[in-house]
Amino acid sequence: MIKVDSGQEWTFDKLNEIYAEIETIAKEKYDLNVYPNHLEVISSEQMLDAYSAVGLPIFYSHWTFGEQFIRELEAYRRGRMGLAYEIVINSSPCIAYLMEENTMMMQTLVIAHASFGHNTFFKNNYLFKQWTDAEGIIDYLKYAKKYIRKCEDRYGVNEVEAVLDAAHSLQVYGVDKYRRPSRISAATEEKNRKDRDAYVQQNLNVLWSTIPKGDTDVADVEEHFPSEPQENILYFIEKNAPRLDEWKREVIRIVRKISQYFHPQRQLQLMNEGCATFFHYKIMHDLYDKGIMTDGAMMEFLHSHTGVVKQPDFNHPHFSGINPYALGWAMYKDIERISMEPTEEDIAWFHNQDWVGNGDYIKNIKWAIENFKDESFIQQFLSPKIIRDFKLFNVRDDEDDPKLEVTGIHNTKGYKNIRDALAKQYNIGYKVPDIQVYDVDKWGDRSMTLRHYMVDGKPLDRESTVDTLRYISFLWGYDVKIDSVDENDEIRVGYQNYDQDTALDIFLEDN
Amino acid sequence: MSHIIIDRRKNSKGKSTTNRQRFLKRVKQQVNDAVKDVIRDGKIGDIVNSKDKKIKIPGKGLNQPTFGHSKDGGVRDTVRPGNKDFNQGDRIPRPEEGGGGTGGKKGSKDGIGEDEFSFSLTKEEFLDLFFEDLELPDMIKKNIAKLDEWEMQRAGFSVDGNQSRLNIKQSMRQARGRKIGLRSPKKRKLKKYEAELKLLKDSVTTYDEEKDAEITTRIAELEKLIATVKRQIKAIPFLDDMDLRYNRWEKVPIPTTQAVMFGIMDVSASMGEWEKEMAKRFFMLMLLFLHYNYERVDIVWIRHHMQAKEVDEDEFFHSKETGGTIVSSALELMHEVIKDRYPVESWNIFGCQISDGDNWYEDNVNAVEVLQNKILPLSQYFAYVEVDQRRAAGESDLWGPYESVKANSKKMEMSIVNDVTEIYPVFRKLFEKREV
Repeated sequence: MIKVDSGQEWTFDKLNEIYAEIETIAKEKYDLNVYPNHLEVISSEQMLDAYSAVGLPIFYSHWTFGEQFIRELEAYRRGRMGLAYEIVINSSPCIAYLMEENTMMMQTLVIAHASFGHNTFFKNNYLFKQWTDAEGIIDYLKYAKKYIRKCEDRYGVNEVEAVLDAAHSLQVYGVDKYRRPSRISAATEEKNRKDRDAYVQQNLNVLWSTIPKGDTDVADVEEHFPSEPQENILYFIEKNAPRLDEWKREVIRIVRKISQYFHPQRQLQLMNEGCATFFHYKIMHDLYDKGIMTDGAMMEFLHSHTGVVKQPDFNHPHFSGINPYALGWAMYKDIERISMEPTEEDIAWFHNQDWVGNGDYIKNIKWAIENFKDESFIQQFLSPKIIRDFKLFNVRDDEDDPKLEVTGIHNTKGYKNIRDALAKQYNIGYKVPDIQVYDVDKWGDRSMTLRHYMVDGKPLDRESTVDTLRYISFLWGYDVKIDSVDENDEIRVGYQNYDQDTALDIFLEDN
Repeated sequence: MSHIIIDRRKNSKGKSTTNRQRFLKRVKQQVNDAVKDVIRDGKIGDIVNSKDKKIKIPGKGLNQPTFGHSKDGGVRDTVRPGNKDFNQGDRIPRPEEGGGGTGGKKGSKDGIGEDEFSFSLTKEEFLDLFFEDLELPDMIKKNIAKLDEWEMQRAGFSVDGNQSRLNIKQSMRQARGRKIGLRSPKKRKLKKYEAELKLLKDSVTTYDEEKDAEITTRIAELEKLIATVKRQIKAIPFLDDMDLRYNRWEKVPIPTTQAVMFGIMDVSASMGEWEKEMAKRFFMLMLLFLHYNYERVDIVWIRHHMQAKEVDEDEFFHSKETGGTIVSSALELMHEVIKDRYPVESWNIFGCQISDGDNWYEDNVNAVEVLQNKILPLSQYFAYVEVDQRRAAGESDLWGPYESVKANSKKMEMSIVNDVTEIYPVFRKLFEKREV
């Protein structure tokens, strides 16, 4: 039987053997449903390359990836950062990178963590299922790279870069939050693109036609365009910008499609990392129980695991927010505990829900993986015990109050406050400003007005807003402005893309 | 369920090269500024020799903007871990602007401050950026094209030449050919005679005395002929004069790839710390530039007041002496050094003189004479830089006379530096691409 010892070198044979062992455990003990696995052994240099293109194996060229690469390289050289153990790609087959420098123990850990932990999450979570076309992504990236390369050849690198810059700055606003995207595939993409070009142009002609259609149309001037605010700004520009070359529309579409792929990821970090960590911890222990991991290897594993799930306190120099590995792992472990041996407190807190104390933690954890995202996961599963273990506390910062106020701590009075505030913290709609296309002056100067729906009175950052407006204006072809409106639909602040000095900047007095 | 393990290590590295180049292009202005900072602060040796150049550029503007909430305003709740002694309802004074109290929210992910971004350029990237749009003066390029340096290269064989260049293998091959050529007709003859002789000797008597006698005569004749042919074959020389082949060498011009720079600085009392500092920076640029263009660069430091002296770098910049100023002494010394150590055929010679422009009035004529007749004819380029915080061009002792030299020679350039910020522009001016 294979043995994994501390500091041991890996070989391809051993990788195959340990993979088989892990697979047996994953299937038989945890009944994990996963995509087929591809394990790719790469060098540390290749790992750095992979880092810089948001972890994707194929990507078009852009200067921001170069910057990212240089940053990673510098940090790595200074020894400030060890390379991440793994990169795993949400695709089918599920691609995981194994760095050649890793010890055998580390490769074992990566296979457990990535190829089973992340993989099962990718395959089963409802958001990934809805949003991410795991079979199509690699093909689509190939298509995107090829298309952008072609544009660079034809229109010049600078031209293409300008469009990419602008589109990237809006990529978070390239997603239909409530509509399920269609499947993507490179083969049909090329064919569809041509049909699309023709259709868009026809549509544009109608849209921007200034020829009066008759008396009945007079009322049009009063009508809003778009008739309902549009949250997918990139989509709106792609379909409606009056003077955009076809290829630019396609580039915008590519950025949009790739952004869509990442959309679930932004809402699932806590759950995803927690899931991978939970299962690697389980599997490593199972391997130890089977006598495959030696004591030394187990020590090596625990050392590395402890580092990953460390949560520095808020006032610690290393503090940089809540560590998703730490909180995520703790919560899955907690689900296991509550499933098996709930306390009085748990039963009261969870109102005696079905799963509490039902004795089948694997079923419960799978249910969590399948049906929740970070925000709702916390709402559903954060227990008082975790709040106490992490000593969580909530501080309210109200601009009208000269002081900050502690509104909840890890005690009976504070649990609910903290759970709700933490869930909100993971709500992407709360983190990212809600901005939508509100109006286009169709009959006048064709300027576009965006609307920022303020939440809790939080204003936009002035500088980045004006810069972003310039990018939008570049794509739209005409002026763009944005109004921040409060809960009562009253405009509080406005910015325009042109000439910062004269930017509309009205602070209405509260009355 | 299936799995595959693939070894990708053989795949290309450096996938990020294109992206890296695009980034550098993007931040060209910032990188250019940073490169200038390095020049200003660094030591000559470090800059010329070190492999990577660490530079810092402002982090601002590097990130792509997107919509985001401002740091404050409105109402916001933040849950953090590790409570020590806060209680519900506690009121905490708002931390100072940018204070750590709100902790880590916008903190840099990678531990590098947002306001500065430092990274290394390779030596090539560094020099490319730094010397972009600069080139060696036309004069020098012409000189390279004229090809002053020659190299002997093998160029086949010749029938005459020095004994020392005798190519034995080739000569023996020639000899063998000749021998085969000369021998074969004779050998054919010999074979024919021998065959006939054998036939005659083996033949039975014809019982015809007349015929028998004829045969006997023929045999004698043949034996004689055979002996002659054998002698002739033996006489063919093993090695003849005409076989000898010699290695042939040809003179091939090679472009000169080494340069020597003469740094000449006035260290008389009138040159203060500021002037020396300017001089140092200028020499540094000059050196870098030469390294960029030539494989090998020598430097000769000449300092002078009333007498000129060749010194090492440290002494050149640091030791103090006082006295009047005789510029021609330095130029004379430069000329001597060139004659002694740097033959014009193999060296590109650059002169770079930095001075505050003071000179003994009587020496101006000498200086012009040496520069014009001795130095310039040997040099590729001579740059004169006047450093002075107050004077404008043309007010110093040397400026006028030097200007007259410049008027007669395309190899000379001169400029004045009034301020530290002018060093780089002046340098660029001296070496900028010229329209032909």
